[in-house]
Amino acid sequence: MFEMFESVINWVTSNYLVWTLIKILVITVPLITAVAFYTYFERKVIGSMQIRVGPNRVGPLGLIQPFADVFKLLLKEIILPANSNRFLFLIAPVIALAPAFAAWAVIPFNDFMVLADVDAGLLYVLALTSLGVYGIIIAGWASNSKYAFLGAMRAAAQTVSYEIAMGFALVGVLILAGSMNLREIVLAQQGGIFDWYWLPLLPLFVIYMISGLAETNRAPFDVAEGESEIVAGFHVEYSGSAFAVFFLAEYANMILISGLTAILFAGGWLSPFEGVPVLGDTFLGEGSIFWFLGKTVVFMFMFLWYRATWPRYRYDQIMRLGWKVLIPITLVWVMLAALMTVLGVVVRGS
Amino acid sequence: MKRIFEYFRSLMLLELLAGMGLTMRHMFRPNITILYPEEKTPKSPRFRGLHALRRYPNGEERCIACKLCEAVCPALAITIESTQRDDGSRRTTLYEIDLFKCIYCGFCEESCPVDSIVLTDFLEYHFEDRAEANLNKEQLLAIGDRFESKIAENRKKDAAYR
Repeated sequence: MFEMFESVINWVTSNYLVWTLIKILVITVPLITAVAFYTYFERKVIGSMQIRVGPNRVGPLGLIQPFADVFKLLLKEIILPANSNRFLFLIAPVIALAPAFAAWAVIPFNDFMVLADVDAGLLYVLALTSLGVYGIIIAGWASNSKYAFLGAMRAAAQTVSYEIAMGFALVGVLILAGSMNLREIVLAQQGGIFDWYWLPLLPLFVIYMISGLAETNRAPFDVAEGESEIVAGFHVEYSGSAFAVFFLAEYANMILISGLTAILFAGGWLSPFEGVPVLGDTFLGEGSIFWFLGKTVVFMFMFLWYRATWPRYRYDQIMRLGWKVLIPITLVWVMLAALMTVLGVVVRGS
Repeated sequence: MKRIFEYFRSLMLLELLAGMGLTMRHMFRPNITILYPEEKTPKSPRFRGLHALRRYPNGEERCIACKLCEAVCPALAITIESTQRDDGSRRTTLYEIDLFKCIYCGFCEESCPVDSIVLTDFLEYHFEDRAEANLNKEQLLAIGDRFESKIAENRKKDAAYR
């Protein structure tokens, strides 16, 4: 009995393809579940910030609500606009979704739990997060609707502008860590909460979060959707499961950006109590996947907090902020980061 | 100099942080939502809900078919036909209210000399058929019988201000 079990395990672990597929499932299934509950969490958090209660009818405390929403969307008809480009119209949601999931391949959950320990991990993530906007642009164009088209143009302009600021913010991390491997970037931040890069790179940290909001088209940068201006922007014409996929992509992207923020600026799986006298000796002082997930949840909460607080930016203000404020600041701070490394203010993995 | 100062002050994002503080404070405030079917807001005794025709305590219907309500109704929602009953009193043979036309202004209640047509504080009703929106005399009297104690209580509370 045990031998049979053992041989099955041996076969699974030795077969590279099967083993990788299992690893992918282990990452994506919790991710999809997290997306479902993130929508619930969002409605609850924003609800209580507006002194409301949020969903509370489906299941205890409304916990089944996300599944009710998913089944509703899956059972609905997908309406194809008569003059749309059918192929692009249907492929667009997939293009939006795929990068949000693919980027998780290089995210290190802790020291050894990572699907692909690539040396150019940061570059890979940057490339994939910018791919997501193609889904939006194609969706807007293929819909053959003026609102969708306006949304797509806004999304394109906004993403291109903020991509640069985001890229420069990452260059700062790159200079301090001296590596593009996300695992090594985390290891370079060792030494407790004040050795994480949020402190030496504080402006870049803030700018990265702002660009992250813009990249995911979330409030206050949600002009691509802009309910009150252009109906629903790029996804006006989408319904049913095609719309659900866009929804999934947006939330998966938010979780991805939160996870990246945790890795790049908040020490990934490292414990904030490292080196603290009493706490540092307990299990709290050790780095673990729970620290990574906890930090990710904190940044996910920030996304909702922003949405509950700030009104939508005007389109020209977004452009001004991106080009005239964020990019110059990142340029200056990248130079400062280089100086910090040269002068030994920040030491790698101290 | 002032402009430079303002520039750096704006980079601190102070206004944005103040806003976030406000929303965070609100998050820990008790919710003000009323969970409707379980909790309800108090209603005024003058609340204008579903119509009813009342009876005297001896069971005789109050309505004397004076048609004042029909005349005053701004939406022409009330239709009345009357006849002389065997005992010589004038009574309605037809008393219909079209709830789709009715605007719930309460003029019928105000105009009624015998307090017969009233608006109850009952508001949780629905129709599954368009025809159901026409309330006839029997239905109105039945509604009156069902809510008589509540109607009497509300009128007593409001009596001083009428």
